[in-house]
Amino acid sequence: MAEQNDDNIGAKIPTVISDELHIVYRVHGAKTGKGSATAALSRILKRGEERGVRKVHAVRGVSFVAYRGEAIGLIGSNGSGKSTLLRAIAGLLPAEKGKVFTDGQPSLLGVNAALMNDLTGERNIILGGLAMGMSREQVKERYQDIVDFSGINEKGDFITLPMRTYSSGMAARLRFSIAAAKDHDVLMIDEALATGDRKFQKRSEERIRELRKEAGTVFLVSHNNKSIRDTCNRVLWLERGELRMDGPTDEVLKEYEKFTGK
Amino acid sequence: MSETTHDVGVAVTAAPSPDEGLTATQLAAKYGLAVSGARPSLVEYVRQLWGRRHFILAFSQAKLTAQYSQAKLGQLWQVATPLLNAGVYYFVFGVILHASRGMSQDIYIPFLVTGVFVFTFSQSSIMSGVRAISGNLGLVRALHFPRASLPISFALQQLQQLLFSMIVLFVVAIGFGSYPSLSWLLILPILALQFLFNTGLALAVARMGAKTPDLAQLMPFILRTWMYMSGVMFSINHMMAGRPEWVVRAMEVNPAAVFMDLMRFALIDGYGASNLPPHVWAIALFWAVAVFAGGFVYFWKAEERYGRG
Repeated sequence: MAEQNDDNIGAKIPTVISDELHIVYRVHGAKTGKGSATAALSRILKRGEERGVRKVHAVRGVSFVAYRGEAIGLIGSNGSGKSTLLRAIAGLLPAEKGKVFTDGQPSLLGVNAALMNDLTGERNIILGGLAMGMSREQVKERYQDIVDFSGINEKGDFITLPMRTYSSGMAARLRFSIAAAKDHDVLMIDEALATGDRKFQKRSEERIRELRKEAGTVFLVSHNNKSIRDTCNRVLWLERGELRMDGPTDEVLKEYEKFTGK
Repeated sequence: MSETTHDVGVAVTAAPSPDEGLTATQLAAKYGLAVSGARPSLVEYVRQLWGRRHFILAFSQAKLTAQYSQAKLGQLWQVATPLLNAGVYYFVFGVILHASRGMSQDIYIPFLVTGVFVFTFSQSSIMSGVRAISGNLGLVRALHFPRASLPISFALQQLQQLLFSMIVLFVVAIGFGSYPSLSWLLILPILALQFLFNTGLALAVARMGAKTPDLAQLMPFILRTWMYMSGVMFSINHMMAGRPEWVVRAMEVNPAAVFMDLMRFALIDGYGASNLPPHVWAIALFWAVAVFAGGFVYFWKAEERYGRG
């Protein structure tokens, strides 16, 4: 991966281009914070900007180009727009202004929303796999790997029980195992991977490294500077939705640590 | 590993590149990058949806199963719920009100139960369609799939629910002296047409509900009005006797009335073709195709905008 880049720097192939990207969330009924019916009514009657809608400008004009073979860390304090930026790159959040160009379909590592607590782990694996766009055959093929990787069945036959009966750690392990079962071109990983016990954390870190090798470009959101240093060669630092710094990991992290007062 | 990649990182920023000076759009064009989250063409969209057919089916079945998973009787409720429904309607309209309105009891009870089940099929498809996007924002924001999968999946869930109700309906029909005959085969095309119609409506209201979630509050009232105008509990012909011809005709082409009447005609022995408006099959086909095509295109036109909160 590294050699490839060194050999022909001139032929760097862009995989993700973000051009002056703006993302705005619209929150209904949060304008005044008063939830009473009369307040809502007066909002409706008062024409003007947009009625009863508060706008949250989460990403403000971010531009960058990511190349094949790069592993890019996204850092910044809470609420700085990291996860939002990832979703926009994945094409899941519509852009208010600006554009994101991508090579193929970037995918977000995460499948939580597709799973249902009332269903057995078994059915959730199938549902989650299909939701991520795997074919039925692929799901069948990977099924046993997913179960083994999650380690759910280490303490008895839990996979045939509804997910709501799992402990939070077990559920998190199963979710990660399903999400990590698919290979991706452009892979985006949102933090909170440090779930489960120590043993499972190690196993999942390993799996992420594998996924990175297979993927063309990897984005990683994390608050853990060590894991960024371990996995990324370039870092984007977001603050209040703006790109504050973009560069090699060491440089950016040094500034970031100064900023956060470490 | 980390050491080597760091070096590359430095090189990335320092190296001059032949792509220098290109705008983002030009750069994207040069390497064949596409706008992320852009709406695919209609043909491509249909192709993507077809590729997701297993997900659509699995999602609808999962929703159906999850519905009763906490109940002690479990999946038995799939049949018990419509059975109880039929029982309540029989009690109220058959026993207390004697509302048969010119029909013998043997015809009226299956007439009523058929009407209730067929209308509920459309009604619940629309209700779940309204929330298909707005109620599943988490899913829409986390994974990539043609968004039409959701409303279609919900409509499919209602179809499966109806199949359970059909078992009850058969029992009721037989119990009141309408025995299986060749005309029961008509149920299949009727259900297919109504399913198309429901799916189209679910797609259309899903887009509206995504933009205006308030629609979910308003919809029950619209649907209830529609129900009382569709002749679920009474025969339109009988109630409207003496009114101008065009009023009766207008009420008879109402899609809900068309599907209900067709189903009654197929199932109930004493409910003959004289109760059906002229060209009833053409009307049913028209509603199914027009609403499905219209709803699908209407939904697709906003594909890239779903997920904005």
